[in-house]
Amino acid sequence: MRPDQPKYKTSEEVDFVIIGSGAAGGILAKELSTNGFRVVVLEQGPYLSESDFTHDEIKVLKEDLLTNHPKLQPNTFRKTPDEKAKHQRALVYGRCVGGTSVHFTANFWRFHEIDFIERSKIGPIPGTGFADWPITYADLEPYYTKVEWEVGISGLAGASPFDPPRSKPYPMPPLPVKSSGVVFERAARKLGWHPFPTPMAILSQPRPGRGACANCGFCLAFGCEVGAKSSSLASVIRVAERTGRCEIRPNSYVHRIETDAAGRAVGAVYFDKQRNTHLQKAKAVVVCANGAETPRLLLLSANKQFPEGLANSSGLVGKYLMLNSYATAAGLFEHPLNDYKGFTASRVLHDFYELDPQKTGFYGGGGLDARFDFTPITFAMGGYPVPGATGGLPPGAPRWGKAFKDAIRYNFTRTMRIGCHGTSLPLEANSFSLDPDLKDAWGLPALRMTYKNHPDDLKLATWQKDRALELLEAAGAQKKWHDPIEEDNFAFHLLGTCRMGNDPKTSVINPDHRTHDVKNLFLCDGSSLVTSGRGQPTMTIEALAFRAADRITALAKRGDLAA
Amino acid sequence: MDNALSRRHFLSHGIMGLSSTWLATHWPAVVAAADHAHSAVQSATPPQFEFFSSEQATEIVAISARIIPTDDMPGAREAGVVYFIDRALTTFASEDQKIYNTGLPDLQASVRELFPAVEKFSSATPGQQDEVLLSLDEHAAAPPRPFRPRPDAQTFFETLRQHTIAGFLIDPEAGGNRDGVGWKVIGREHEHIFQPPFGYYDKDYPGWQPPAKDADKK
Repeated sequence: MRPDQPKYKTSEEVDFVIIGSGAAGGILAKELSTNGFRVVVLEQGPYLSESDFTHDEIKVLKEDLLTNHPKLQPNTFRKTPDEKAKHQRALVYGRCVGGTSVHFTANFWRFHEIDFIERSKIGPIPGTGFADWPITYADLEPYYTKVEWEVGISGLAGASPFDPPRSKPYPMPPLPVKSSGVVFERAARKLGWHPFPTPMAILSQPRPGRGACANCGFCLAFGCEVGAKSSSLASVIRVAERTGRCEIRPNSYVHRIETDAAGRAVGAVYFDKQRNTHLQKAKAVVVCANGAETPRLLLLSANKQFPEGLANSSGLVGKYLMLNSYATAAGLFEHPLNDYKGFTASRVLHDFYELDPQKTGFYGGGGLDARFDFTPITFAMGGYPVPGATGGLPPGAPRWGKAFKDAIRYNFTRTMRIGCHGTSLPLEANSFSLDPDLKDAWGLPALRMTYKNHPDDLKLATWQKDRALELLEAAGAQKKWHDPIEEDNFAFHLLGTCRMGNDPKTSVINPDHRTHDVKNLFLCDGSSLVTSGRGQPTMTIEALAFRAADRITALAKRGDLAA
Repeated sequence: MDNALSRRHFLSHGIMGLSSTWLATHWPAVVAAADHAHSAVQSATPPQFEFFSSEQATEIVAISARIIPTDDMPGAREAGVVYFIDRALTTFASEDQKIYNTGLPDLQASVRELFPAVEKFSSATPGQQDEVLLSLDEHAAAPPRPFRPRPDAQTFFETLRQHTIAGFLIDPEAGGNRDGVGWKVIGREHEHIFQPPFGYYDKDYPGWQPPAKDADKK
C-alpha cells in the first residue's frame, strides 16, 4: 500500500535526520525530501495507518493506542521549583507516525498579527518572559497559506472580521454546521458578537488518496479511518515517502544527539524496538519531538562539552512552558442537538482575541468555540485523559442507579460545551526538565513538569467562562454550568520550551530554527513558540515548519551546514 | 446483532465522500480490519467466563444491574456488561483482578452487616441492594445509616461502576454494549457515519450569512 521507502544504513551519513514525525516533523520530511535531500525520520511510536484506527474507547483512551504511555514513560509534576515533584501523568502527546496530529481536534486558527508583536504593543509584564517574536505575521503568512492548501484545511475566508490578512482563500468550504454551532451562532449574534465557521484541518471534500469527513463522531483523541483529518500521516508523510528519498523509521526512540570534538551534531542515537542502540549519522539534525520531548532530548544529550545540555548556553532549554489558558462551560437544551455526530467544533468567535488590559485588569485574550468533545463513555463518567476530568453531566449529577440512567438518557443528545481558549504567559519557572529520580522503561530520566499558572491566565479563563455562560443564557439553555477554574497540572499544548529569538542569551533557536550553539542542529515544533497564541497552536507550528524547511534548504544549498 | 455489522455496512454502502482512489488504496485493508473486529466481537461473548466463577458472575450481574438498572429501556444486564468485564479482567484491566477478588467478599460482608438475614447481594431486594451500594458510594451525601468503613468494597464498587458504564456504552464492535442497547438508551444512533442535518437546531439552517452590519466592528 505504501510506496517502497529507501532503507538507509545507520552508518550512511544522510543529509538530515528528523526526530519526530508529527505536525512539524512530517512537514519538514516532506519539504526536505522534495527538495532533493536524503532524509531519515526517527519516530518513537509505531507506524499505524487508517486500518489500525478504531472507535474502541478502551484501546484508544485507556490503553493509549496513539499516545505516550504513562507506564512506559512516567512523568512527575510539581507546581514550583522548590517542591519535590510527585509521580503522576502530566502530559499527553501523539506517539505514532503523524504524532499528535493523528488524534488532535484539528482546530486550525492562524495566529493574528498581534501574537507576534504584543510585547511591544502593551509593554513588559513584570516577572514574565513576555517577548516579541523575531518574525512577524507577514513573514509567516505565505506559509499559513501553504498549510491550508497542502495539508488540507476547510474554512471560509473573510467570515471573521477579526481575521488577519490572507493571500488566498481556503482550498475548500467549511465542514457542515452542527446543532451546537447553530445554537452558538444565533446566541452570539444576539449579543453582537461575530461567530464564523471554524477553520478545521479536516477535509470537507475528498482529495487524492483521502476521503472527506464522514462525520463518524469519534474525532478528538481518535485516528481518522478515512484520512479526512489532515494529520501529517494522511497528508505530507505520504508525499515524503513518494519522493523515494525519505525513510520513516518507526519504533525508534532517540535519546541522545551525538556531537563531535568541534561541537557539531553527527547524528542521533536511538533504541530500536528490541532496545538495541544505533547511531543514525546525518549532516544535520532537526528535532521535532514536541515541546516536552525536544527539550528533554537536549538535556539528555549533555556531555563534557555541553554539560548543561545541548544548545543550552542560555539555560532556557525546557523553560517558559506555556499550556494555553482554558475553561469550559456547558449547556443543556430542550431538543436533541445530536452533537455526537461529526467533528468537534463547527463555530468559533474571536471577538475577545485582543482584550485591553487597561479595561479588563489582566493580560490576555482568546476565542470561544461551540463543541462536543465527548465519547459516550467519557460523557457518562469523564475521567479522560486524567482521573477526575469532568464528564458531560452537570456537577452533582447522580453517578449510578435509575437517576444516573435517566440523566445520560436525557442529556447525551442535548448537551453542548463551549471551549474558552486563550493565552498563557511565559514564566521561566514553568518548565520541562529531567526528573532526578524517576526513570522510564528504558532507564532514562523521566519528564518532570513544573507549572503554576500566571494569575492573569486564570483571570482570563474566568472572564471567558463568564462570556460562555452569557452566551448559553442568550441561547436559552435549560441548564448551564462550568468546570471549575483551577491551576493546571496536566499538559496538552506543549509550547515555548526552546523559544526563538535573535539574542543567544534569551533564546535557544534563531529565526532560522537553528540552535544558537550548534550550527547543524535545528529545532521546530511547539517548543519554538515565543508567545502562546490564543489556544490553537498546531496551525502555527505547521506554518513554522514550512518556513523552517525553506530556511534550512537555503542554508544547505549554500553549504552553510557543512563542517 | 441488528446493527453489529454497521462498520461493514459503512464500508459497503457508506462510500459517500470517499474518493475512488481512496477506496482503491484502502478497501482491502479496511475490510480485513472490519472482519477482524467483527470476529473479535463474536468471540468476545463466550459462553463461559474466563475470570469469574458462576457465583461471582451472578453477583456482578446483580450489582451492575443496580448501577444501570433495567426500566422501560435495557440496562447493564441486557447489555451483557458482565461479559465485557470478565474479558476486561483477563486483558486490559487485569491489574484490577485484585480489586475484584478482595472487594466482592468485602461488599458481601457489607450486605450481611446491614441485612443479617441476607446471604448474598443477588438475593437482596432492589431496595436493600441500593442501600448497600449507597453505603459504599463516597460521593453520596450521608450514608443511610452508620456503617463500618470498607475501603476494599468502596474501591471495588467504584471500579465496577466504571467498568459497568464502559461495558454499557462502548462501541459494540469493541466487545461490550451488546446489540448496541446502551447507545439506544442514550439516543446515539448505531451508524458508522452520519450526514447533516445532525440535530434539531441545524435542520433548517440557511447557511452562514455575514452579519447585517459588520463594518462598525474592528
